[in-house]
Amino acid sequence: MRILFSVLLVAFLGACAGTPPLRGTGDLALIIERASGHVTLANTSSRQPYARIGGLGDLSHASAVYSRDGRYAYVFGRDGGLTKIDMLAGQVVKRIIQSGNAIGGSISQDGRIVVAQNYKPGGIKAFDAETLELLAEVPAEYAPGQFSKVVGLADSPGNKFVYALFDAGEIWVSDFSDPRRPVTQRFPAGQNPYDGLVTPDGRHFLAGLFGEDGVAMLDLWQPQQGARKILEKYGRGEEKLPVFKMPHLRGWSVAQGKAYLPAIGRHEVLVVDVATWQEVGRIPVRGQPVFVMARPDGRQVWVNFAFPDYGKVDVIDTLKGEVVSQLAPGKGILHMEFTPRGENVWLSARDDHKILIYHTENLTQIGEITADAPSGIFFSSRAQRIGF
Amino acid sequence: MSRPRSSRAALRRRSCWRWAIQSGLALAGVGLMLSSALASEPPPQRQRELTHLVRQECGSCHGMSLQGGLGPALLPADLRDKPADGLAATVYHGRPGTAMPPWQRFLTEAEAAWVVDRLISGFPE
Ligand code: HEC
Repeated sequence: MRILFSVLLVAFLGACAGTPPLRGTGDLALIIERASGHVTLANTSSRQPYARIGGLGDLSHASAVYSRDGRYAYVFGRDGGLTKIDMLAGQVVKRIIQSGNAIGGSISQDGRIVVAQNYKPGGIKAFDAETLELLAEVPAEYAPGQFSKVVGLADSPGNKFVYALFDAGEIWVSDFSDPRRPVTQRFPAGQNPYDGLVTPDGRHFLAGLFGEDGVAMLDLWQPQQGARKILEKYGRGEEKLPVFKMPHLRGWSVAQGKAYLPAIGRHEVLVVDVATWQEVGRIPVRGQPVFVMARPDGRQVWVNFAFPDYGKVDVIDTLKGEVVSQLAPGKGILHMEFTPRGENVWLSARDDHKILIYHTENLTQIGEITADAPSGIFFSSRAQRIGF
Repeated sequence: MSRPRSSRAALRRRSCWRWAIQSGLALAGVGLMLSSALASEPPPQRQRELTHLVRQECGSCHGMSLQGGLGPALLPADLRDKPADGLAATVYHGRPGTAMPPWQRFLTEAEAAWVVDRLISGFPE
């Protein structure tokens, strides 16, 4: 009884002070509304939005990472804006313009350093996660006076960041053990890496190549061995189909010891054995894959597509190794995000101005959220994952 | 060539020639040429579709505000000194060996020229 009373008292005082009820952050979502510079915050348990924040600038291709407690989201805008958002209070904590043209970012293993990757001026910049104060920068100057666009930035264990240089064809690893004095190693990778990813265990960095067939792979446990090419013979001599949007590797999939990767210039998903890094299969799909994402349990892989096939979504059953469902959820499906244990997937339908929420077992829509031209969807559960 | 620019040049030559013979006819000629230049403008509904295509689909590489991304910036200052025909050909045929794909499945040559013309003069929102 005493306990009940004090609980009530605390709740009452809380309400008087105008403070919201205590809650955790494990089930929150941030939705990018690319055209209008807004983000919508939503609750993935109630599947309802709870806040909308504007004034974030050009959010085309924007992405977000989370502080390790899941409380703060760092949003990287196309125009170089870096905005720190309090997910619980639903407001901007701090916003800076850190470059002229950015393409995403990442957060360090210890959660103290937020790093932005920039197209112009090409390079990466590290900020104090608490204050957004600039700590250091690594210009992507690969030859005297020549700067490259940076792609595929990912965090890896040891407060290291790995990224690829589109114009230089290299993979760089910057060690931020001393946040103000990063030490960078360079590895030749191949022509025009367009995106990259770190495997869920943080060991391998893969960079998809646009300028040649194959994927460059760097073993971060043994970087002295250098980057090597995998899937090199993939598609040799075949005519490539035009690519109207670059695939994204960030949301990539490892399921049952196999990796599922988007092919480039081909309407296929490549299947790779992660023990040997050999290609073990190709799965035909209905367009140029953009995101190839495994449900967290690895039983399904969901694939969305580049223009003009971006109204479609294919679902691969990893046991059968083939597409088992061809969905047409809406117009301009740009992104997909699974709930941490995979019972639901959220799809952004840009031209329908909606987030569509699907049940992954019976593949039916169970909810939706209105948003203005939504693109990326980022769940706070990313806070605990390597490479996100 | 139904591009507004080259037809304007042709127009200038043509009307000078006619002026020498008879100014009344020249005026009629001007009217005719102007209306044929306008005829290469896509209808308003199609213009809206093309604007959406450029902002959204081209925007995935060039940035929604066209300030550049994986592809170069497409703002007036970036394009003004480049031959419009070449740029239109880039849009229509793509640039082999680069990430710029051909868009001929989705627009005509005249529409590609219209898009380039708009890019050079400042693209509508
Ligand atoms: C998949 C990425 C991609 C998409 C989508 C894309 N472009 Fe490009 N575009 C590029 C790249 C890369 C270049 C630079 C090519 C080179 O290196 O010469 C380019 C070059 C150009 C150029 C030449 C610019 C110059 O200064 O010479 C124009 C014009 C252009 N694009 C227009 C468009 C239009 C219009 C669209 C949409 C209908 C579009 N692009 C869609 C990647 C893309």
